Amino acid sequence: MKTNDKTPLMRVQGLSVRLGGREILKSVSLDLYEGEMKVLIGPSGGGKSTLLQCMNYLILSDRGEIELEDRHVDPHNARELCGFRQQVGMIFQDFNLFDHLTAVDNVSIALRKVRGMGKTEARDRAMAELSRVGLSDKARLYPAELSGGQKQRVSIARALAMDPKVMLLDEPTSALDPELVSEVLTVIRSLAQNGMTMVMATHQMGFTRALADEVLFMQEGCIIEQGSPKELLAEGSGTRTLDFCSQILEVEGCTP
Amino acid sequence: MNETLTVLLDALPFVLQGAAVTVTAVVGAMFLGLFIGVPLAVGQVYGGRAVRFVCDTYVWFFRGVPILVLLFLFYFGLFNFIGLNLNAVAAATIVLGMTSGAYQSQIFRGSILSLPKGQLKAARALGMSDALAIRAIILPQALRLSIPGWSNEYSIILKDSALAFVLGASEIMARTHFVASRTYQHLPLYVSAAVLYFLLTWAGVAALRVLEKRVRIKGYVH
Repeated sequence: MKTNDKTPLMRVQGLSVRLGGREILKSVSLDLYEGEMKVLIGPSGGGKSTLLQCMNYLILSDRGEIELEDRHVDPHNARELCGFRQQVGMIFQDFNLFDHLTAVDNVSIALRKVRGMGKTEARDRAMAELSRVGLSDKARLYPAELSGGQKQRVSIARALAMDPKVMLLDEPTSALDPELVSEVLTVIRSLAQNGMTMVMATHQMGFTRALADEVLFMQEGCIIEQGSPKELLAEGSGTRTLDFCSQILEVEGCTP
Repeated sequence: MNETLTVLLDALPFVLQGAAVTVTAVVGAMFLGLFIGVPLAVGQVYGGRAVRFVCDTYVWFFRGVPILVLLFLFYFGLFNFIGLNLNAVAAATIVLGMTSGAYQSQIFRGSILSLPKGQLKAARALGMSDALAIRAIILPQALRLSIPGWSNEYSIILKDSALAFVLGASEIMARTHFVASRTYQHLPLYVSAAVLYFLLTWAGVAALRVLEKRVRIKGYVH
């Protein structure tokens, strides 16, 4: 997906964040093109999660600009902010499903209360999204009755229901038991194949090799390496990315 | 013995009418406290500096002044001063409700703060305004968690309601006192009043247990 001649769908420029006196992000920039999948990797505390949350204004940056389709948003204007967030879906590591609502209500609540859809219409749409992630038979269950993998799939359905232009995924499989990872990755893979524009923080290296258009290696609040997975993970390339990934994979008992 | 029984039986309908007054005042105060306590809690947790200051001041005032003083202050003082002509039961209900609002706000505040932070984040990420997120996501969960604390609050207000007697509200305590001072059967009458309060506490707490079970979310362990 090399579309560098086009204008980016989402543009992040010079984001800096200080939290509690520490610099979490140091002037981070990235251009996200339509249909592209970027993967953020790097040690924890490197700023991946903060960057993703900044891109949805869940954390306000001290400096820097975010543009979606060439439009800048004033995060202090509630209407603009809510409109922006509807277009940028967010998937969290620990799912954050609404615990008091069934799976189908988790998906439909924003359709009704934010989009103003009628009850039946919202329900039908929610059911369609649940079946897209393979969970139509779990619609009536509460989050506490679902497995981790099912919860994460519901949260993906919830984000997709808003028809986002971009999806931000913050380590979507890190809180899952190993045997549940693949069902979530399968859903994300099909999103990528259908052309969803995504930025995903993950340590799933096989997945990254197969699907990422670009890998961004973040450390201490900076993107210190970026490039295609082929370049960065090539044998003997001597990149920090390769070094880091070898360590992960060694732990998992395989070679890069 | 026989005379005691006669007095008790004669007094029973009269005192039970007082129980109706007590229950009305307590239920009214609980709901008034709910309507005051929820915005106070939301203001304390999510409000800006000015909002927090107002909410904190309210809570400190009503927690810091004895109910008996508040009853006199409002009934003979403030309500009179602003030309509000309330009967003793209504005045007591309002004062109990306003006081309870301060205490209930702390129950709700604790429940709100105990929810995972991600709930609000997820709601915002879907494009919900903070007001909508609080209404649709935070409060439905926080209020469920508040029911145990709420039943504690009920038992406290119920007993505090006996203080309304000093304003001349004709609730359980006032009527018992009235009969006792005429018949001199103090012991059996006040024992009966005590039993009545106990039964009302028990019934209310049991009812809230049922409510708690009914609104419980399947599988939800918080």
